[in-house]
Amino acid sequence: MPAKKAASRKGAEKKRKPPANKTVMTPENELSAYKSMLLIRRFEEKAGQLYGMGLIGGFCHLYIGQEAVVTGMQMAASEGDQLLTSYRDHGHMLSAGMDPRAIMAELAGKKTGSSRGKGGSMHMFSPEKGFYGGHGIVGAQVPIGAGLAFANKYEGNGKVSVTYFGEGAANQGQVYETFNMAALWKLPVVFVIENNRYAMGTSVTRAAAGAEELYNRGQAYGIPGEPVNGMDVQDVRAAGMRAVEWCRAGKGPYILEMKTYRYRGHSMSDPAKYRTREEVQEMRKTSDPIEQSRDRLLGSGIAGEKELKEIDREIRQIVNEAAEFAQTSSEPDLTELYTDIYVAETLNAG
Amino acid sequence: MPVEILMPALSPTMETGKLTKWFVAEGDKIAAGDVIAEIETDKATMEVEAVDEGTLGKILIEAGAEDVPVNTPIALMQGDGAAEVAAAQGVSAAPAAVSPAPVVAPAPAAQDAPGSADPEIPPGTEMVSMSVREALRDAMAEEMRADDRVFVMGEEVAEYQGAYKVTQGLLDEFGARRVIDTPITEHGFTGLGVGAAFAGLKPVIEFMTFNFAMQAIDHILNSAAKTHYMSGGLVTCPIVFRGANGAAARVAAQHSQNYASWYAHVPGLKVVAPYSAADAKGLLKAAIRDPNPVVFLENEILYGQMFDVPKMDDLILPIGKAKVLRAGMDVTLVGYSYALVYMLEAAAALEEQGISAEVIDLRSLRPLDTETVLASVKKTNRMVAVEESWPVCGIGAELSAQVMERAFDYLDAPVLRVTGKDVPMPYAANLEKLALPNAMEVVEAAKSVCYR
Ligand SMILES: Cc1ncc(C[n+]2csc(CCOP(=O)(O)OP(=O)(O)O)c2C)c(N)n1
Ligand SMILES: [Mg+2]
Repeated sequence: MPAKKAASRKGAEKKRKPPANKTVMTPENELSAYKSMLLIRRFEEKAGQLYGMGLIGGFCHLYIGQEAVVTGMQMAASEGDQLLTSYRDHGHMLSAGMDPRAIMAELAGKKTGSSRGKGGSMHMFSPEKGFYGGHGIVGAQVPIGAGLAFANKYEGNGKVSVTYFGEGAANQGQVYETFNMAALWKLPVVFVIENNRYAMGTSVTRAAAGAEELYNRGQAYGIPGEPVNGMDVQDVRAAGMRAVEWCRAGKGPYILEMKTYRYRGHSMSDPAKYRTREEVQEMRKTSDPIEQSRDRLLGSGIAGEKELKEIDREIRQIVNEAAEFAQTSSEPDLTELYTDIYVAETLNAG
Repeated sequence: MPVEILMPALSPTMETGKLTKWFVAEGDKIAAGDVIAEIETDKATMEVEAVDEGTLGKILIEAGAEDVPVNTPIALMQGDGAAEVAAAQGVSAAPAAVSPAPVVAPAPAAQDAPGSADPEIPPGTEMVSMSVREALRDAMAEEMRADDRVFVMGEEVAEYQGAYKVTQGLLDEFGARRVIDTPITEHGFTGLGVGAAFAGLKPVIEFMTFNFAMQAIDHILNSAAKTHYMSGGLVTCPIVFRGANGAAARVAAQHSQNYASWYAHVPGLKVVAPYSAADAKGLLKAAIRDPNPVVFLENEILYGQMFDVPKMDDLILPIGKAKVLRAGMDVTLVGYSYALVYMLEAAAALEEQGISAEVIDLRSLRPLDTETVLASVKKTNRMVAVEESWPVCGIGAELSAQVMERAFDYLDAPVLRVTGKDVPMPYAANLEKLALPNAMEVVEAAKSVCYR
């Protein structure tokens, strides 16, 4: 019934226009968004520092610059909703409420880490907090996120799955197989494309046809999509609320394309020759999510310089404690090599 | 309280680097995120950002210094404000308790056994020292110069010069028509490469690592390997699938797998897994010329290792021929790729204990050169197969079966395998070390089959 499909797409079109006034954040919202973003920023700076000291090994992808995306989305989601993402996952885990100490200890490969040292930076999970990883294969989390949504619909539990992936991942075929199934079966999943403009050294324009409108990539399946200023936590939260509401109402999936930016290299080993230093400095100067939030707090009188300094001190404290905890924890016991391969073995393990 | 700025580790495999440039001078104020220095590693030239704000005190390592070990203090910084919080916590100031970067054993020079030299290389040929990375690049460049149908395609192969710098310089020489950056769409560009090969082109498809070829393995098997047979010989698929395979360092379960036996299982594919730079070059050139699909398994840690490579206009080595790297009488050690590092180390240690080990580098896994292995076993009567991959259904299992079937009466001891442990690769440094084989395990296995 092509006519009917066209009609529903038009409906989606209408929904896509964001209301002119942003969904207003309360002073508490503003303050908690600021704290969440600052925690991610400071945590990531510390992780970068520990990597340089050799305490963290392998791949380590920092989220600096993109803090508003997961922070705003988590504010829009409800307790019990799930989230999952790629290897660039530290911010998502902090936002989901996982213990910074367990995350940092995992980065350092210690037994107190959230995966007991076996997963590392790219592979952490917390079913308790609704966080389902931590995926190292580009694009793989997308159908898995739809699978969580499938289970939500199957159980009728009203939960929504928020599935994050990069603009580079958005070119993987499995993303479109997933869009089709999610739309066909009206699965409650919000697809969040974190368009930070680069996939390693490849800019979005060099890799994607229609690079300016990735939010439209669900159009053929009738999935509504919107571009969002991913550097502003207010905008993210407002768009997130529309998307989550749409999903929870049983209308199927929703796509949000977050226009964002990563300040640091792709991982720690990035020659950074594919963009200019000026481009990065410009983004930091004009669009920094934390600075914008800070200006609003100060401008509206929600907080003063003194309070913000105090917040900064508290957060540094949390992060330093996490680093201290990671450094002083011991490595996994050698017997751990053979545990957790199968479920039964976990039970039998000494 | 001054904070030491340490030589940072900028990649999973970095141990030393060159401090090429300081962007700041003593006494300069620095904000977090400022670029303070430039460092060159084996893979890339990178900028170092300040982590905290403060004033640069003394520069301890001058620009231009080479081989600066990771964690060496390179400058002192006077912290102000926030930086002091970190320093007081003893975090940024404490170079202690640093877990050492995984130690990469230097590749021992392969001792050529008499008569084992490649007949393709005339005696007396001049040798040049070259990394595996350069050898692979030269192989591609030479084949591209010789044949316009050869092109290179993959993620970050062109403008970025290769995620592991293997395709460095190719874009400059051959242009964007023949050196092609793809989107992250392995299944798509692999199938596309197969189609181009059906049409008569000679694609070299790079997988950033073979872990990501799993997205595309359907095309490698169902489209590339089987079509010649299914078409009754009407269609050929001259294509090379190449990239890093196996464990690197601390990159955990999804980025460390060795797929050797997966591809070696498949009729219709040829599979090559070289150890030395000369073999990397001669076999990659052969793979590109081969009219069949060839899976070419490289190793990230070997990329930077130097070997002697014969200076020849056209070094082509035969696919399907193993090489005896060291002649011996008492036990045969057989393996491929990075395992040779352990095997050669073990052979040297065994020699000191009076055991003479013959070391065979398989180089190709399909066709598997069982003749060379059998000849060796008939001489030594003992065999240990070594690989970093999992034991179950591995290359060692196949070798063991072949030797059992075809040289049973010559065996004085059961064939033993030294392999990666039968677990997903753990991230923690101590567990990762335990998960991989090492020279000690090879020595133990060799002694055990010699009943020593
Ligand atoms: C299937 C697969 N192919 C390639 C890679 C190597 N790789 C890791 S991250 C990355 C870039 C991804 O970019 P994007 O999706 O934009 O996410 P971002 O890193 O910007 O967050 C690539 C190519 C991989 N991990 N998995
Ligand atoms: Mg990206």
